Amino acid sequence: MVVWTDQERACIQDIFSKLNYEVAGPKALHLYGYGFCILFVYPWTQRYFASFGNLYNAEAIMSNPKVAAHGVVVLHGLDRAMKNMDDIKNTYAELSVLHSEKLHVDPDNFRLLADCLTIVIAANMGTSFTADVQAAWQKFLAVVVSALRRQYH
Amino acid sequence: MSLSANDKATVKALWAKISPKAEDIGNEALSRMLYVYPQTKTYFSHWSSLSPGSAPVRKHGKKVVAGIGLAVEKIDDLFAGLLTLSELHAFQLRVDPANFRILSHCILVVLAMLFPDDFTPEAHLAMDKFLARLALALSDKYR
Repeated sequence: MVVWTDQERACIQDIFSKLNYEVAGPKALHLYGYGFCILFVYPWTQRYFASFGNLYNAEAIMSNPKVAAHGVVVLHGLDRAMKNMDDIKNTYAELSVLHSEKLHVDPDNFRLLADCLTIVIAANMGTSFTADVQAAWQKFLAVVVSALRRQYH
Repeated sequence: MSLSANDKATVKALWAKISPKAEDIGNEALSRMLYVYPQTKTYFSHWSSLSPGSAPVRKHGKKVVAGIGLAVEKIDDLFAGLLTLSELHAFQLRVDPANFRILSHCILVVLAMLFPDDFTPEAHLAMDKFLARLALALSDKYR
């Protein structure tokens, strides 16, 4: 069972309180949004989004409404993990089956997304993204990724 | 994943902008690596302190960032340019190459934090590719 300190819980909740679910508009261009990052920096991840249309360059990805909508879906998923921090494993059981059996997503992509999310949040939080905060956040993402991988076989 | 001319230009431009803060970058990146990935501390058990921002950490951060600066200079032939460093890491330091990925990630986090305006998607992509290539060059002599 994952043990969270009070400090870690506070850090995670603080980050979520700062997350802007509607990342849109000109500011998004360089505080670039949570989902956009992975599709641009690791373009092979686009293989799962063939129906999303134009993903040819940074501007296309960032102005693509399907990408924005999907970013929100993913964030809501993470929010659920945050609200059930003491049992992410079971909270994510169905999501894990979904990603493995229906979406057929290579689980290594979860690691890539975790890295991208961390970097985008660092850009947004600046120097308040201290080493403690980073440690707590990455621990949270590691638990999330592990839970998502769990039902793969 | 080789570096295009555009990637190289982007890395050089970004480095020129951020190198005045090289010491801070090195210190922050290394401090975070040791703190967020405690398994990396195993390589530095001989230091008097492993706390973020301590003297040995700061000193070593400076060295690491100087190495990256060298790599930027030698960006057109990283394998040749980093030969000596690769031999050092392979035969003396024997750092498991998995750790290069970890440090690269910490460097990207620090760049995003300290230079949010300059850390554009293109800069992120180019730096990620460059650091991956650097790691490859650094591990070239391992076996």
